Amino acid sequence: MKRYFPSHVILPDLPRRRFVQGLAAGGALLGMSPLVVPARARAAGASSAPVLAATEFDLVIAQSPVNFTGRPRMATTVNGSIPAPTLRWREGDTVTLRVTNRLSETASIHWHGILLPFQMDGVPGISYTGIAPGETFVYRFKVQQSGTYWYHSHSGFQEQTGIFSAIVVDPADGDPIRAQRDYVVQLSDWTDEDPNRVFAKLKTQSDYYNFDQPTAGQFLRDVSREGLSAAREKRAMWNQMRMNPTDLADISAYTYTYLTNGATPAGNWTGIFRPGERVRLRFINSGAMTFFDVRIPGLKMTVVQADGQNVEPVTVDEIRIGVAETYDVIVEPKDEAYTIFAQSMDRTGYARGTLAPRAGLAAAVPVLDKPQPLSMSDMMGAMSGGAMSGMTGMNHGGAGEVRVRHARTEYGPSTDMRVDTPRTSLDDPGIGLRNNGRRVLTYADLHTIGAPLDPSGPEREIELHLTGNMERYTWSLDGLEFGKSTPVHFRHGERLRVVFVNDTMMTHPMHLHGMWSELESPDGRFQVRKHTVSVQPAQRVTFLVTADALGRWAWHCHLLYHMDAGMFREVVVA
Amino acid sequence: MSAVRRSRMENVEIMKYRTKIFAAALLLIGATSAWSQGPMQGMEHSGMDHGRPTAATMSQPDTPKQPAPDPDVRDPHAYSDGYDFGAIPRPRMGDEHSRGALLVERLERGFADEGNSTAYDLQAWYGRDYDRAVLKAEGERAAGKLQDARTELLWGRAVASFWDAQLGLRHDSGVGPDRSWLAFGIQGLAPYWFELEATGYLGQEGRSALRVAASYELLVTQKLILQPHVEANLYGKSDPERELGSGLSTLTAGLRLRYELKREFAPYAGVEWSGKFGDTADFARVAGAPTRETRVVAGVRFWF
Repeated sequence: MKRYFPSHVILPDLPRRRFVQGLAAGGALLGMSPLVVPARARAAGASSAPVLAATEFDLVIAQSPVNFTGRPRMATTVNGSIPAPTLRWREGDTVTLRVTNRLSETASIHWHGILLPFQMDGVPGISYTGIAPGETFVYRFKVQQSGTYWYHSHSGFQEQTGIFSAIVVDPADGDPIRAQRDYVVQLSDWTDEDPNRVFAKLKTQSDYYNFDQPTAGQFLRDVSREGLSAAREKRAMWNQMRMNPTDLADISAYTYTYLTNGATPAGNWTGIFRPGERVRLRFINSGAMTFFDVRIPGLKMTVVQADGQNVEPVTVDEIRIGVAETYDVIVEPKDEAYTIFAQSMDRTGYARGTLAPRAGLAAAVPVLDKPQPLSMSDMMGAMSGGAMSGMTGMNHGGAGEVRVRHARTEYGPSTDMRVDTPRTSLDDPGIGLRNNGRRVLTYADLHTIGAPLDPSGPEREIELHLTGNMERYTWSLDGLEFGKSTPVHFRHGERLRVVFVNDTMMTHPMHLHGMWSELESPDGRFQVRKHTVSVQPAQRVTFLVTADALGRWAWHCHLLYHMDAGMFREVVVA
Repeated sequence: MSAVRRSRMENVEIMKYRTKIFAAALLLIGATSAWSQGPMQGMEHSGMDHGRPTAATMSQPDTPKQPAPDPDVRDPHAYSDGYDFGAIPRPRMGDEHSRGALLVERLERGFADEGNSTAYDLQAWYGRDYDRAVLKAEGERAAGKLQDARTELLWGRAVASFWDAQLGLRHDSGVGPDRSWLAFGIQGLAPYWFELEATGYLGQEGRSALRVAASYELLVTQKLILQPHVEANLYGKSDPERELGSGLSTLTAGLRLRYELKREFAPYAGVEWSGKFGDTADFARVAGAPTRETRVVAGVRFWF
């Protein structure tokens, strides 16, 4: 179970190709479900969720047969499709959603990023007791915002097995973002395995799905290229620390097939446009565990919205979209086909779609980038340079040194590292994207249009550390899993600063329910308003929250298996 | 020359030989990983791209240079201000569920001049992340009967990032009378990825024992894995009925090359050397059994 030498990519061998690429006609086998929304055939390569635009909705959660890889499986679905129907709302409307559970277990729907009364938030055990088998729960709330959001189950692993889709809220008085075409591009990861089994495997062998581990062969190559001492030095710290520099994703394409709007790469979801049109793509990462690096070779993407909030337009080549984040971009394609290429952060696979002026056209699919091993900065933050060199007191990136206060409970078996001098900059695109020759979006590029929700500064600070032990596959906050935690209290109406320090080597997309997270720049200026904040390894980020939403809320890492492992808190606003 | 005298003379030889064995065993594990123990001051060449030279910045909870916890560490419950969970039963997540696994590290047939044998070595656990029941079993069957079996049932509790403390019972069976022991030890992952187990035992009639095992996994490729393994058994006093002498009793060193068809299932082949030492070797000689044995082994490693 222990791996030593960095190595090169292992490309999938031939029998695995269909598995990785998926079936061209893969997806929910519509027509076999008793509750079918009329939908177009998947084989056409234009699979998409049906769109429901109304103020009243009937959604039915049930099991449906699917086949993404050649192996028939049962999925959990809403109205029989994966993704579930896209819901189109209008800002200011009151929406009613009757959700019926036809599973044999409790189910739920959470409206991700939507501001609403806490009883409508859809988290079993916090907002309500969940929707029991055979029951219907009626959600009703006023839509107070506009933009791109999504919804998903908050019960067990139902999100992994298919219960997710998009919410598009049209602004009450016209959309300032002009576009002639508008497509949701929802990325996700599918496994034929039972997610409970996946979780159990990770608990037994946390690098189970990593087939890019350091090997002896790579070591020998390094020795011949760089000499013995250099090759040894490269590995010394990692091996001493029992950390794996190739630990980029817990779950890889070994089991995952990556989907675009429910279509496999072979299925090739296609969005049609007329040359000259401005096309709006609403990227939503509904993966359970996968960060996607999205680009459209030949097209610049102008980012106009992040997490449903309009941002000052910024034009980039590539976007890393964290789990649960959304980015709206405008592209202006010419009279040719383009590939939407979304490779997984660990470079084991990709989701793919096509933008084309006519059906049936496709463009070349890029090869996967070579995976980059984690660097010392991913382990040590700002002070990675020469941790043992004895030089002190140098700041990083002008951000100044920050004081880190670890929790008492971080000194024990639930953590495998602590970062004492985290990096505070927001302009690092992250592992695998640094200096790749493309203009990659970072949080430093995102500026929400308009002022923060509350111009006043924070009255107090709450510092939480993102913690885990990869070897044990335990994930926690402040070294405490949810089962050992107590709620975090926000005083009703207060403005507070949250400080996250990532004491792990993985990027965690942290989602606070019910209230916005207003990210600050390293020097304390308002940066961007988000519902999900990705915190990079050994990074410290701060954001301000206006605690205006009374009630009980969830706050967690949106990597599904991290959440289930206990990287989760309840927030009480009172 | 009396038997005792001969034995003493041989002991001198054995002492020399024992030193060689230990050196060889250490080399076996050490050689495969010597490259990994590069000098710490070399870290600045480690491929970081945001590096700035400055102070030590990261600590690991159980490394020797671990700093004492900051005196003003935070209380993780301070943010609750006394609030507890609400009337709705709170979620129960994976950290509060028990699960288990069975790892059969070795299930093999051994081939040697002295005769063939079948051996097993397994660990199973059931429980939660930091507290679990652990079953360890190892044994060998040859010449149509169970020669030697060690079965331990332990409570394992995580005590540091990479270490579990274990407490429980051990039962030995096979040739000779059964023995029962109180067992206490540690199991975990040492720096540079050595898997270590060290367990002390206290038995009846003042018996005591120590068992130490170490192994390492060297990835030749992603699926072809070479595993050196060393195990030593020591006893506090002689147990003639089980033909065990005091001091170092047995030492085993194996090298197995497995191919993981799946992570959970890997056939392997290898070689295992085992030796008996001190009075244990004498007992073997008296019984006409070999004190050194080299076996070719073939078997499967699997878990679920």
